Amino acid sequence: METRPAVTGGRPRPVPVPEPARRSEAHAAFRESAGAVLGFVPLGLAFGALVTQSGLDWWWAGLSAALAFGGSFEFLLIGLVTAAAPLAAIAVSSFMVNVRHVFYALSFPVHRIPGRLGKTYATFALCDEAYVLATREQARSWPGRRILWMQCFLHAAWAGSAIAGALLGSLIPERVTGLDFALTALFAVLALDAVRDLRGELSIPGLALLSALGARLLFPGEMLLAAFALFAAALLARQLTTSKKPSHA
Amino acid sequence: MPDPRYAVAAVLVTAAVTWGLRALPFAALTPLRASRTVRYLSARMPAGVMVILLAYCLRDLSVTQASSLAPLIALAVTVGLHLWRRNALLSILGGTAVHVILASTVFAH
Repeated sequence: METRPAVTGGRPRPVPVPEPARRSEAHAAFRESAGAVLGFVPLGLAFGALVTQSGLDWWWAGLSAALAFGGSFEFLLIGLVTAAAPLAAIAVSSFMVNVRHVFYALSFPVHRIPGRLGKTYATFALCDEAYVLATREQARSWPGRRILWMQCFLHAAWAGSAIAGALLGSLIPERVTGLDFALTALFAVLALDAVRDLRGELSIPGLALLSALGARLLFPGEMLLAAFALFAAALLARQLTTSKKPSHA
Repeated sequence: MPDPRYAVAAVLVTAAVTWGLRALPFAALTPLRASRTVRYLSARMPAGVMVILLAYCLRDLSVTQASSLAPLIALAVTVGLHLWRRNALLSILGGTAVHVILASTVFAH
């Protein structure tokens, strides 16, 4: 997700001229989110292809991508819908998988987003990747408009590639499998970038991994919820023990 | 294709639950932002959340099945590419391509 300045040959860089705010924020948001946007494309294609391979219509992939916009649960939703699971079971499952979003309200800078409509959209499109992009170190100075543009790009990339995947899915030979790994690869990349932002506090990913393993062993049916709860508890305990020492913060 | 009305309702239920979880906590948690504990948690949570989601994706790996090697090798390729080039697109495409090739050929059931 890191956008390092590209090597610009020998051409001297002109002094940047301030552009109209609207356009430059969209442009900056596009550059900052390009990595995540491009990460969404193979994932969205895979999602769309799985939708049609499962016997659902192509438009359903677009509807789910545009309205639910919760990548990992949408993969699970394919199986639930083809098994005709009761709507109540779908509600409970989506609550379990997406309850982690509750934590995002602690640090997502919604107060910087302009306008009521903007704030509403920002909470609607608050996916994992948008949260990570908007809360990491280099986003502290981002204006709200840039965050909104970034969320728009992620949303459009997800919906567009899901529809494309559903329309093209029938072209993929049936013995070609394993596209769903794109989700795993995306989280691996986001985890590596987020861990680097911690500046050497490697006990944090360690605690997260232990929480995940513990949840997998103790609560295999509700692994995600249990892992987030264990991790939050471990972080709280860690803060209590470290805050007793003199702090340099 | 199941009944389209049911398939649409399933999406609407998911969207309502997901949006509710994303929007409602802001009202409850915003007053807590100034607290030192909340700032401590929120600075460290993103990395942990991503590690947990990654572990969740790999939850069905079994040490006794050879087919588990495909995601493990693909994960090593993804991580290696990312540490090397720091290019998210390259890492994701490279890892996914390795997984599709391995899962469709060597480890195909």
